[in-house]
Amino acid sequence: MLHARQDLPGDFWGKSSKSWLFLILLFIASFGFYSNVFNWIPRWRQREVSQSCEAHHLQGQRESPPLSKGDCCPDTCRVPRVPRMLYPKAHVLQPPRVDVLLMTPWFAPIIWDGTYDSAILDAQFRNTTIGLTVFAIKKYVVFLKLFLETAEKYFMVGHRVIYYILTDRPADVPQIPLQEGRRVVILKVRNYTRWQDVVLHRMEMISNFSQQRFLHEVDYLVSADVDMKFSDHVGVEILSSLFGTLHPGFYASDRQRFTYERRPLSQAYIPEDEGDFYYAAALYGGSVAEVYRLATACHQATLIDKANGIEAVWHEESHLNKYLLYHKPTKVLSPEYVWDERMLRKPPYLRRLRYVAVPKNHAQIRSR
Amino acid sequence: MRRHRLAIGLGVCLLVGTVLCTLWVYVEDWLPVSYVPYYLPCPEILSRYPQPKLLEQRPTELLTLTPWLAPIVSEGTFNAELLQHIYQPLNLTIGLTVFAVGKYTHFVQHFLESAELFFMHGYRVCYYVFTDDPTAIPQVPLGPGRRLGIIPIQRHSRWEEISTRRMEIISQHIAKRAHREVDYLFCVDVDMVFRNPWGPETLGDLVAAIHPGYYAVPRQQFPYERRHVSTAFVADGEGDFYYGGAVFGGRVANVYEFTRGCHMAILADKANGIMAAWQEESHLNRRFISHKPSKVLSPEYLWDDRKRQPPSLKLIRFSTLDKDTSWLRS
Repeated sequence: MLHARQDLPGDFWGKSSKSWLFLILLFIASFGFYSNVFNWIPRWRQREVSQSCEAHHLQGQRESPPLSKGDCCPDTCRVPRVPRMLYPKAHVLQPPRVDVLLMTPWFAPIIWDGTYDSAILDAQFRNTTIGLTVFAIKKYVVFLKLFLETAEKYFMVGHRVIYYILTDRPADVPQIPLQEGRRVVILKVRNYTRWQDVVLHRMEMISNFSQQRFLHEVDYLVSADVDMKFSDHVGVEILSSLFGTLHPGFYASDRQRFTYERRPLSQAYIPEDEGDFYYAAALYGGSVAEVYRLATACHQATLIDKANGIEAVWHEESHLNKYLLYHKPTKVLSPEYVWDERMLRKPPYLRRLRYVAVPKNHAQIRSR
Repeated sequence: MRRHRLAIGLGVCLLVGTVLCTLWVYVEDWLPVSYVPYYLPCPEILSRYPQPKLLEQRPTELLTLTPWLAPIVSEGTFNAELLQHIYQPLNLTIGLTVFAVGKYTHFVQHFLESAELFFMHGYRVCYYVFTDDPTAIPQVPLGPGRRLGIIPIQRHSRWEEISTRRMEIISQHIAKRAHREVDYLFCVDVDMVFRNPWGPETLGDLVAAIHPGYYAVPRQQFPYERRHVSTAFVADGEGDFYYGGAVFGGRVANVYEFTRGCHMAILADKANGIMAAWQEESHLNRRFISHKPSKVLSPEYLWDDRKRQPPSLKLIRFSTLDKDTSWLRS
């Protein structure tokens, strides 16, 4: 490329303007080349995709189903396509249930039997992977067998599931035959002497693992207590950006009777004139991003409380309730989804019991 | 020497490019999930609403949830103040598209004035008026944070043609402009008027409105396109609700996908020399069966004033203006 020398201001290189143009074009081309190269690497692309949907999620957080978004899940990114299906038509003037509230004032559906069509929902959630996290610390490993066996029968049947068992005794985790598309991942965690500490640190562990692992492996996370069993269908009708479950002991109570933390010193404090529902810590979840935020927030609150020398009255459940008061869940599960048959009489509007407590000896199980 | 300098120059450019790319990738790594502060500083506002009552008897009520758990929005199902507190901090911009072609420009004044009173009060709003005669669009005073964009389009001889082109025009407009300017977009008919507040309760990923003429009839009586040869064909045993073509919306990306999908279907029909029974409304209904809306608006949000208002509809927010269609379409 031979050009006549031209006088340019600050003429360092001594090249003509055409060479400059060539250089600039080459720079832009190499920049484009590099960005494409990084895209070819699958992990980067996956992270990009999850982060762009993260942005969508954060933006459209409060909507119906409210507070959605984050990872590329049906709630935020694309409207899922369903195939041709035949089912009875819903009637606009005839709600399926009139005995119970079906939707919160912020448009979160309250999931009761008879309000949803499993066929449509399964089609909408067909490419979804669900992670089920369960803690089995010290003697609680004895509950795993029944938990996993019943989960195989009732939990997200027909969908891809990863069971995350967080335990301090990996050798004691039973081997359960699993259906197609389901697997168990055992994560070793530390234990604590006091059972209250075990419970309080669950949020920390979920927060850590969400970032390290869950974000890349599953779309939705469900956190469940281990000393329970599944007794009826628990499916994709529960999935949304953030969901909580109505505690079976308080769904009919006034907000003043909720066992929120009532001491203002605690981070979990909720005054008497606030509160929508009392949520149970036994079953909650959402998209990985939202569960991460929830777990991180609750863990931070626990640390602040510890520094102030106070422990919330119901430990992680108190912090969970505080969080869900100010970050309204996008779906609320009825007490069908967490029940205790021995302690409560089943009312007529509770048509199914899906996830129930297993009898246990508190003193014995919580000891070393 | 020249060549050496050229080589050095190239080397520097490549190096700078690499450094910038690496930096960009790792900066993204430093912020995996942004951490939103969780305890809001204003509890006194949230305490003013009554506790939701879980167990209650409701004799005459509209359906509040579709079988796929999408909310059906009607008066009494939501707390407007609570939603305002949830949506206001998000700094959203909502777009509203209308088509005012030919004599339909007469409706723009009344439409915009009512929108100024009732549509998304307190939010940033962009009105997009598509018209073949920009001079006929009146100057309507707009509130703060609200603006009007007039987009000229081509006029067609047949009103059906104008109607079916809407999907194409909306999708192109989103691709060219609206995706940068708004977060949510609603597409409505211009020969209507807002009569009561239309607020953030309508915001959703993909929003449809139930047609006022068909909310109480069985699906066999829905005026779906019933000819097999059309892409808008709906069989007898299919269909959830009959949605009105006069109102739809959602997140701008989803509205783009939706309108593009409808437009492609319309083109396919055109190639086969067929036009669906209710033009783009048929295609809209076909698409809403396979891409179910995430939120459905009750007929309060799309009403026909000639009909008697039933007790189940408490507050009509958006309804037709009485008009002589034969004169308008001539």
